[in-house]
Amino acid sequence: MGKSLYQKVWEAHAVGHLADGRTQLFIGTHLIHEVTSPQAFGMLRDLGLTVKYPGRTFATVDHIVPTEHQDAPADPLAAEMMDALQKNADDFGVTYFDLKSGKQGIVHVVGPEQGITQPGTTIACGDSHTATHGAFGAIAFGIGTTQVRDVLATQTMAMEQLKVRRIEVSGTLRPGVYAKDVILHIIRLLGAKGGIGYCYEYAGPVFDAMSMEERMTVCNMSIEGGARCGYVNPDARTVAYLKGRPYVDMSDFDATATRWLSFASDQDAIFDDLVTIDAGDIEPTVTWGISPDHGIAISENIPDPAHAADALEKASIVEALAYMKLPAGAPIAGTKIDVAFLGSCTNGRLSDFREVARYIQGHHVAKGVKAIAVPGSQIVAHQCQQEGIDKIFEAAGFEWRAAGCSMCLAMNPDKLVGDQLCASSSNRNFKGRQGSPTGRTVLMSPVMVAAAAITGAITDARVLFELEPAAAVA
Amino acid sequence: MALEKVTTLAGRGVYIPGGDIDTDRIIPARFMKCVTFEGLGEFAFYDVRIDPTTGEETDHPLNDSRFDGATILLAGVNFGCGSSREHAPQSLSKYGFRAVIAESFAEIFFGNSTTLAMPCVTLTAGEIDQLRQAIDKDPATLVTIDLVNKRVTSSAGHDFPLAIPESARDALVAGRWDPIQELLDNEPAIEKVAKQLHYV
Repeated sequence: MGKSLYQKVWEAHAVGHLADGRTQLFIGTHLIHEVTSPQAFGMLRDLGLTVKYPGRTFATVDHIVPTEHQDAPADPLAAEMMDALQKNADDFGVTYFDLKSGKQGIVHVVGPEQGITQPGTTIACGDSHTATHGAFGAIAFGIGTTQVRDVLATQTMAMEQLKVRRIEVSGTLRPGVYAKDVILHIIRLLGAKGGIGYCYEYAGPVFDAMSMEERMTVCNMSIEGGARCGYVNPDARTVAYLKGRPYVDMSDFDATATRWLSFASDQDAIFDDLVTIDAGDIEPTVTWGISPDHGIAISENIPDPAHAADALEKASIVEALAYMKLPAGAPIAGTKIDVAFLGSCTNGRLSDFREVARYIQGHHVAKGVKAIAVPGSQIVAHQCQQEGIDKIFEAAGFEWRAAGCSMCLAMNPDKLVGDQLCASSSNRNFKGRQGSPTGRTVLMSPVMVAAAAITGAITDARVLFELEPAAAVA
Repeated sequence: MALEKVTTLAGRGVYIPGGDIDTDRIIPARFMKCVTFEGLGEFAFYDVRIDPTTGEETDHPLNDSRFDGATILLAGVNFGCGSSREHAPQSLSKYGFRAVIAESFAEIFFGNSTTLAMPCVTLTAGEIDQLRQAIDKDPATLVTIDLVNKRVTSSAGHDFPLAIPESARDALVAGRWDPIQELLDNEPAIEKVAKQLHYV
């Protein structure tokens, strides 16, 4: 009987069983950032422990970095966190991609960029979007701070094996439908808690055809569907992406590539669950509520609690619409926006900015809309500058910023004000997520964010940018 | 270092309505600008307890003096979803909660809570609703979580079977909810696996 990638990676990294029945799992790669690591280093010091394999932990600073000017004096609390990370990296001999390195960025952009993220590995980080690295066929997941301590001290952690749900998307995506729409559609279908207890395997022609960066967008939001990790099987595209990157050993690359590919799920692998989706059913998707599973196609109307399936769903819609201040039953298209945010570990990579740059030339951000474009790393920012993409954004009225998490979670100065509504390429539309306790988030693809920024309202980008004949859209 | 054996917890309860309560709701990101977990208790559920426009207390259950001193939090589905921030269970624990009863839990929150010796146990929606009604009628109702016999009982006469993954139950009951020592003890096995992995 064949094995899934998840099983193969799990077995290669299982150290043994703990008394409570959980597995002690070896974590080959540990990524850390300034928000969830200082307490872990504190615990390490309190216990008189050290870092077991300092060469396997990589640090960067992302959540609190100011993006108007990275070197602008951060507030005292942010400065303390940054100093703590520097000191911890120095004291324990951990590689740190700091602001001066030219390699700093969102931890889930930096790992793949540097070739640290590799197939068949286990990756943990004190950040729930660690599933991003699953795009390479790694088993990657978010952990809490006490577990960060465990990984620092032992390079292992206690974990229960997950079930695996294979999600097959067949067919081809229609023009103007992106990786972001695919994952928002999956979460809409399976729910925000549908993935609890599961690892998601994303498989089939649509994922096969995706670039590595598109696969990262999909895997990134596994956690929004309740799945702690998600992956795409490694293939020739994975190998080509990694070849020559700084942390890839090129001494016997063919053997390395062969080993990587051997982790892919076997043809006869058995899965705990299988979901099949037709790519043709996926439209540009946006959220209307306060949970990532509150998604609808751009052509659809906002749900009406009067038509809810049960009392629970009704209460959920009522709560969400009250917070979002959106009218039940009305089209979502045409909803006015105040802010447009393009960036984050979901959609802050070169291909995201390239794709948007293709369409915004000759357009301008609508009057009264604040639009910010935040590259996911210093390298992405540099590449965009090389290609003139930053200038295209600025000419269209976007503020072009420096690398960081920015308005995805607003731990830096980039925040919504009052009940501003933000068209956002990020991953969470939770109440207050973007820095204002009454701020409102509508999740969508980068191209849809651009369309909203230009028209000042949630808009079908396929029509605005003539991505598909209008008749086909209707 | 011997850890406390968490076998039975008894206390007053408070019900927080709504499903999918995420960790941003439990502890908004701006309160994570810190290098320790100290002082997080006072910010638990801050943005739903304090009206952001008026600065006044809202009608959130945690502002209701009838539920003062509650140590058991009752909630709905997918409690603790979203961000992996341990700041969330830390803030609940420092606020005074010792356990959470919900219909279901997000995995990372569940693991983080167990490691802090704060049990997360599951009951059905109907059972939680019965407890909610009893607490609402008499906030002094004592709710007891018995991890040995896997029951949730109340002074109002409820007696429900609870669900919790066996590994977490064992870790709590046997006093090994913080696995660090056990992980450290397996150093030879760790090094053996490390040697077999080409990338380490």
